[in-house]
Amino acid sequence: MQLVQQLQTAFAGLTASEFRGQTRIVAPVESLFDILKTLKEKHGFDLLVDITCVDYLDYPDAKDRFGLVYLLANTETAERIAIRCFVNDPEPTVPSVVALWAGANWPEREAWDMFGIRFDGHPDPRRILLPEQFTAHPLRKDYPLQGLGERHNFPVITRAEG
Amino acid sequence: MDLAHDERQPYQWTLNFGPQHPATHTTLRLVLKLDGERVVDAMPDIGYLHSGFEKLGEHLDYNQYVTVADRMNYVSPMANNVAWHMAVEKLLGIETPPRCQSLRVIVAELSRISDHLLCLGAMGLDTGAFTHFIYAFNPRERIYDIFEALCGARFTNSYTRVGGLMYDASPKAIEMIRDFLKRLPKALRDMERLLNRNRIFVERTKGVGVLSKAEAIDRGCSGPVARASGVARDLRKDEPYLNYRDFDFDVCCAEGGDCYARYLVRLAEIRESMKIVRQAIENLPPGPVNVMGTVPFASRVSLPDKKAVETTIEGLITHFELVMSNRGFETPREEVYFATEAPNGELGFYIVGDGSQRAYRARCRGPSFFHFALFPHLIRGHTIGDVVAVLGSLNVIAAELDR
Repeated sequence: MQLVQQLQTAFAGLTASEFRGQTRIVAPVESLFDILKTLKEKHGFDLLVDITCVDYLDYPDAKDRFGLVYLLANTETAERIAIRCFVNDPEPTVPSVVALWAGANWPEREAWDMFGIRFDGHPDPRRILLPEQFTAHPLRKDYPLQGLGERHNFPVITRAEG
Repeated sequence: MDLAHDERQPYQWTLNFGPQHPATHTTLRLVLKLDGERVVDAMPDIGYLHSGFEKLGEHLDYNQYVTVADRMNYVSPMANNVAWHMAVEKLLGIETPPRCQSLRVIVAELSRISDHLLCLGAMGLDTGAFTHFIYAFNPRERIYDIFEALCGARFTNSYTRVGGLMYDASPKAIEMIRDFLKRLPKALRDMERLLNRNRIFVERTKGVGVLSKAEAIDRGCSGPVARASGVARDLRKDEPYLNYRDFDFDVCCAEGGDCYARYLVRLAEIRESMKIVRQAIENLPPGPVNVMGTVPFASRVSLPDKKAVETTIEGLITHFELVMSNRGFETPREEVYFATEAPNGELGFYIVGDGSQRAYRARCRGPSFFHFALFPHLIRGHTIGDVVAVLGSLNVIAAELDR
């Protein structure tokens, strides 16, 4: 594919693969922001469809812990591309892309909330679905389905206090 | 963060809107900074309906999870069923038989009609047109009857299965759909005549919550919200899935980007969906509704029908192999993203398969999540009465938002 070759000549260390007609590119975290920026500005991938994360803790033959997935689409040509980027403990961090797409704000907050991925330069790095008192990141594979009893420790606000 | 106790506030007061409020429809919470009646800023606070759907997706198998997909956008559960199983079939590389594809198109379009009817009705209700809501709700009831005839459930349908459908459509259900298509245009005309030129409604929605085309793309909007801002993107046309390629329909767009444009786009889409359902129902291909039917027991994916289970040994074994918790079918160790054009916009699932019959990761990309994120942007500078008009036009479904 022409696009993949162009990207591979512009950036080092990219591996591309295809499955059922979907192109995926694995990018190193150092050049992630620049690749996304190039895709947006030079190749017309103007729509950020989603940012999500996968925890590969129990995945067979996985080398890295977390895999971030950036799904992009081109609203003119209806092309799609997925950019993946692997990060590891103890401080999984990637650059925030809110500067490129305003719509990245909430998905990045969700990835922080659910997986504990830090987004460098995010304007509002709070939890989104869970309350601030919550300490765990529940979509990690080492977090049990039943929870760890956090709900029992939530503060109870009485009517008088509220 | 803590707006209620911020001493330096330049505005006059803070209003807590929700989580339980009739105009939020579901559990949404907004903290509004007000200057008199003018909204200075709004802070959405979501998560009240967070139920760990994505975590559940890692513990339920591909057929079981469809019941959870139902509960994401409970206004149009059939569309979610189709989206989930289309994504699973993409991972497995299955092509469903033509009759299944047509039936999936029919139920997806009926649920689009039902979703839009509720959204339009509620939009009228929130802006003071109660009668309009009743007019919109009446045809919805008929759609529920059709779904009941199709699969036995009215609300949470779980109609699809991996590689097909739960049941074939009975002649009675097909007759009900035909009857519904005859009656719906009258209801739509009534709705249009009540509201389209109603001065109160038009004044409350025109020029309110304007979203430009560039902003719609920048903020990840899709579906009617994006199309009302002039983004001509419809996955049914752009990346045709099922057999949408065979049907003649138009993509409805508007230029205004305001609440009124979103209202008109949804209204026009109901008519287009009717066109699709009419074409699909009159040209319904014969044959089986799941891949099991095309090549008996060849693909160990879809459940055999009950008759085969009770009368043949192959059927019994296949059924047993599929429903045992340590058996099931094999999936590739791969990742796919598949999106469908749900009533509210792009509903996609990112599925990671690890070889077992359960998804390793089942991410749901719901349109509501992106649409509610742009709410503060739309409401700034408007009055408090516009909050419900903008909320209604975005059609945010909390269960899909919080998952």
